[in-house]
Amino acid sequence: MREELIVSGRMNPHIDPQLQIWEWHIPAYLFLGGLAAGILFFASYFYIKGKSEEYPTAVKLAPIITPILIGLGLLFLMLDLKHKLYFWRLYTAFKIESPMSWGAWTLMAIMPLSAIWAAFNIKSLFPKWDWKFNIIKDALRWLENYKTAIAWTIMILSVILGIYTGILLSAFNARPLWNTSILGPLFLISGMSTGAAAIIILSKSKAERHAFARIDLVLIAIELFLIVHMFMGFNASTQVQIDAAAMFLGGEFTAPFWIFVVGLGLVIPAGLEVMEMRKIKIPYMLAPALVLFGGLLFRFIMAYAGQMSRWLY
Amino acid sequence: MRYAMAVDTKKCVGCSDCVVACQTENDVPIGYCRDWIVEVTDGTYPQLELEHRSERCNHCENSPCVRCCPTGASHYSDGGIVMVTKNKCIGCGACIASCPYDARYTHPKGYVDKCTFCEHRTKKGQSPACVAVCPTKCMYFGDLDDPNSDVSKVIKKRKYKTLIPEAGTKPQLYFLI
Repeated sequence: MREELIVSGRMNPHIDPQLQIWEWHIPAYLFLGGLAAGILFFASYFYIKGKSEEYPTAVKLAPIITPILIGLGLLFLMLDLKHKLYFWRLYTAFKIESPMSWGAWTLMAIMPLSAIWAAFNIKSLFPKWDWKFNIIKDALRWLENYKTAIAWTIMILSVILGIYTGILLSAFNARPLWNTSILGPLFLISGMSTGAAAIIILSKSKAERHAFARIDLVLIAIELFLIVHMFMGFNASTQVQIDAAAMFLGGEFTAPFWIFVVGLGLVIPAGLEVMEMRKIKIPYMLAPALVLFGGLLFRFIMAYAGQMSRWLY
Repeated sequence: MRYAMAVDTKKCVGCSDCVVACQTENDVPIGYCRDWIVEVTDGTYPQLELEHRSERCNHCENSPCVRCCPTGASHYSDGGIVMVTKNKCIGCGACIASCPYDARYTHPKGYVDKCTFCEHRTKKGQSPACVAVCPTKCMYFGDLDDPNSDVSKVIKKRKYKTLIPEAGTKPQLYFLI
């Protein structure tokens, strides 16, 4: 038997008795970042593929909300900072080894590009939209010449943004639950799945909805595989990672994770999407709404559980 | 130069004098601490073994906190001391999440704070406050590159361990056993 106690009474706020340095801001931001990345990926990909008319929601309509999503995410990030007035220090340094650093730079690059993409397409949502200032009209007309280049840049940056939300966590070897390189791809796929779900919700065309339901189905299948793969990896790893996985395999996160994230957020929407494809009548909003809910909850659970997993004591 | 500290777990009685000395010397805000005492009880009665450890930042050679800091606020200072530049720190918490020893905290003013090996004292050739004040003289501080320093001499002759070396951080806090 072994008992380890801090007897001098270390009670540093947010560290003891258990690490709680990141509250709701970070998982909410990870969700918004992944969602925006997913939408922007489909928008740029299908634009490049020349399917703007076939998938108008994905290419034109849905991306209009992405600057808002990213802006909201940035606001949450800002609220999370404890030394707020120095936030600009993020942009006086570039640290290749720090995912947070290149994530901050990626956000800096993708935010204006998503706004430009939204500006290109705002008239498809509000036909009477008027930019008022000629300089904006001229700038947009000039940027239209580079639309394909912008689409390519957005596509690459959206993948970086989506995968970074996972790599941000996986870079911390002090938290065994996060310290798996599968987390990057898992968050990317989950983000793309929520992006597809948002497009389904916003779309008014049945054909487009079905196309994205099919895409979402594939993404959900990959996500389920990655989740199983992640826990297999943990159980085949060191004691600290076995302990981390145990929180989900019998421990306190078992019910919320397997029932709400995997069940309600992945398996049931997948079933609903299959039923819809088989022409069984169900409200089309249901499956994508569950996917969005599952994606949000997944990030909250990973953020909280990760901070509970540790090496010492 | 490679600063390191050794703590003799056979001599430490867990009095917490080092903790108070640090709080006083470094003006640590009330309710916070940069070093702390861990008491380990091993075995079942009556075969018990007790170990006291005065712990703090390990000033790792491969510091995850320096690696993940997005602004370069966390950095290596002279002698490998891991320091935080206050006016570069944004308080994002990445370094706190990255530290397997939980040695960092957010100062009420917003920046991240931690043990500095009392750099302001060591620069002048003095030992850190915790070492200087220890009533059982169980702590040794010095330069590992200098074979005649207190810490070099003591870890040459005694058996020691480091905390979770398997985390790959190369900690520079040696516990004599």
